[in-house]
Amino acid sequence: MKWFRDNLFSSWPSAIATIAILWLAWKLAPPFVDWALIDAVWRSPDPRACRQPGGGGACWAFIAEKHRFILFGTYPFEQHWRPALATAILIFLWIFSSMRKFWNWWLAAVWGSGLALIATLMWGGAFGLAYVENERWGGLILTLLLASFGVAFAFPLSILLALGRRSEMPLLRTACIAYIELIRGVPLISVLFMASVMLPLFLPAGVSIDKLLRAQLALILFAAAYLAEAVRGGLQAIPRHQEETADALGLSWWGKTRLVILPQALRISIPPLVNTFIGFFKDTSLVLIIGLFDLLSTIKVSLQDPAWSGFGVEAYLFVSAVYFAFCFAMSAYSRRLERSPAHAGAPRPLVDS
Amino acid sequence: MKNPVGWAGAFALALLGISDLHAQGTLDAVQKKGFVQCGVNTGLAGFSQPDSKGVWKGLDVDVCRAVAAAVFGDASKVRYTPLTAQQRFTALQSGEVDVLARNTTWTITRDTSLGLNFVGVNFYDGQGFMVPRKLNVKSAKQLNGATVCVQPGTTTELNLADYFRANRMTFKPVVIEKLEEVLNAYFAGRCDVFTTDVSGLVSVRGSRAPKPEEHIILPEVISKEPLGPAVRHGDDRWFDVVKWSLFAMIEAEEMRLSSKTIDQAAASKDPAVQRFIGATGDIGKMLALDNRWALNIVKQVGNYGESFDANLKPLGFERGINALWTQGGLMYAPPIR
Repeated sequence: MKWFRDNLFSSWPSAIATIAILWLAWKLAPPFVDWALIDAVWRSPDPRACRQPGGGGACWAFIAEKHRFILFGTYPFEQHWRPALATAILIFLWIFSSMRKFWNWWLAAVWGSGLALIATLMWGGAFGLAYVENERWGGLILTLLLASFGVAFAFPLSILLALGRRSEMPLLRTACIAYIELIRGVPLISVLFMASVMLPLFLPAGVSIDKLLRAQLALILFAAAYLAEAVRGGLQAIPRHQEETADALGLSWWGKTRLVILPQALRISIPPLVNTFIGFFKDTSLVLIIGLFDLLSTIKVSLQDPAWSGFGVEAYLFVSAVYFAFCFAMSAYSRRLERSPAHAGAPRPLVDS
Repeated sequence: MKNPVGWAGAFALALLGISDLHAQGTLDAVQKKGFVQCGVNTGLAGFSQPDSKGVWKGLDVDVCRAVAAAVFGDASKVRYTPLTAQQRFTALQSGEVDVLARNTTWTITRDTSLGLNFVGVNFYDGQGFMVPRKLNVKSAKQLNGATVCVQPGTTTELNLADYFRANRMTFKPVVIEKLEEVLNAYFAGRCDVFTTDVSGLVSVRGSRAPKPEEHIILPEVISKEPLGPAVRHGDDRWFDVVKWSLFAMIEAEEMRLSSKTIDQAAASKDPAVQRFIGATGDIGKMLALDNRWALNIVKQVGNYGESFDANLKPLGFERGINALWTQGGLMYAPPIR
């Protein structure tokens, strides 16, 4: 009772807000539950089951019918276990590397072998697995691969760019500023269009870079510019005396950067970094404009099927749930990372004694 | 490479590479790599669309499969590159795809300055009219005085005015910019007629109409949107292969050869059939293909009518002007002899 008074009815505005929200929930929740759960058609190979007069419920049968295509795209149907396993491995790799106790040099080895396994599964052509060209990759694994490789390559690049932007060498600094401002000045769509439509025209005939690779490169270049600004924010927050102290200890520029500046700067920039990561994860869905079947495109293509068209609400709710799961996991992890003891308050000793 | 000689050398090599490719030709390149790379729509029901199992289906997809059947005797040796409208021409020009079968309208600009060669027409689209069935209208000529829903700014509006003027009829236009709203206006009964391309009419009737069977599409088509597969300029042998793969499908329908009856065709006394299935003559050799090229197309993909019935008929498409010329349509293949 006391908790209610303190939290929900502590003042007049607060009481009004509480009542308004409760009233809204009472008005909106029951129809939604009716639609999404009670009246819904859960399973039916025939779309007519969803179109019956009077049946005002959600048509989850659409998802049941199309989920294989939504999750795996045009990957050969009977081989779907391969992208499924690859997705599981990729997610496992991320969970594994999010745990501090595994932050060792051999984490790189785990990633190396994990990625080799994923490549073998996806491409095949070895161990009796049929070869599948990457034009047929699609769905969730494509979204995850684009995002993972995008972040994995863009992040180191962004640190170099951020350091370059604060460098005292004018040429390097100008180049970094020019790059960052140029990329930030254009929308991602135009970068993707450049990579997918203009680039092939500049290449000599007979030489072609894979469509997926072109999109991936465009995403990396784009993400790096944004991440660089997040990292730069962290770098600027480091007090000047830290650098001077490191200089006084006789550390080289690399030693100073690696041991003193970056560990603190990156910690400070966790919130903006994660913000950019999440935005980037969702930005990968823009590859649908260049004809790659990522998670969002497979949903859109499924809705084109005339037999099942008109179930857009169900389709987009499903895909939002998937995106939400990944984005929420990322932001929850970043909050934990900020709170974790090694990252709280007091700076660690500058050099090992 | 710092020295200009090195640059020149590299450039020459690159040029050599290009001329090499041209000398070699797309057909040889395709045969060497073992599949046809086909540019298709990312998802257009009836033309090219992956089904629930991720298998590509459609009228355009069948052209790709026919080319593969002709070249390899195996219609499954196709790799599909889904292309958006903006990407399609670059993809063909840069060599990313060998054939572009992506509901592309054949126009003189595209045929000349864009460097495309259209091999023929596999679907004659054009502007048509949709009316509610209860109006009891059978022909566009009966639409005098009708209220017509139309989107502005396109040639659609112009064609509509021209058609009514030419037939000495009047109409009241209801011009609405957004497709969404113009459809709402039509289905709410604010106008008697909705006009756009026939393929568009069929798809909105199938997907948007509260009751599709209450709307009919009138037989008149008042503009030209011939959709066809295209290849690159400057490779006549490959052009021939794709062109005759399409023609073989149309010719097969005219000869009443279908995927079900083709096996009995060997017993036929008709010399045209004998030539078609490669039992006599060396038609395939002239295309640098196996003599059973056309037989393989019909057996594995089917004739044009079969493809139409499998892909477009379930969506409510009528043959109309896409019927054979012998049945009052425009589908006409030059003789195979």
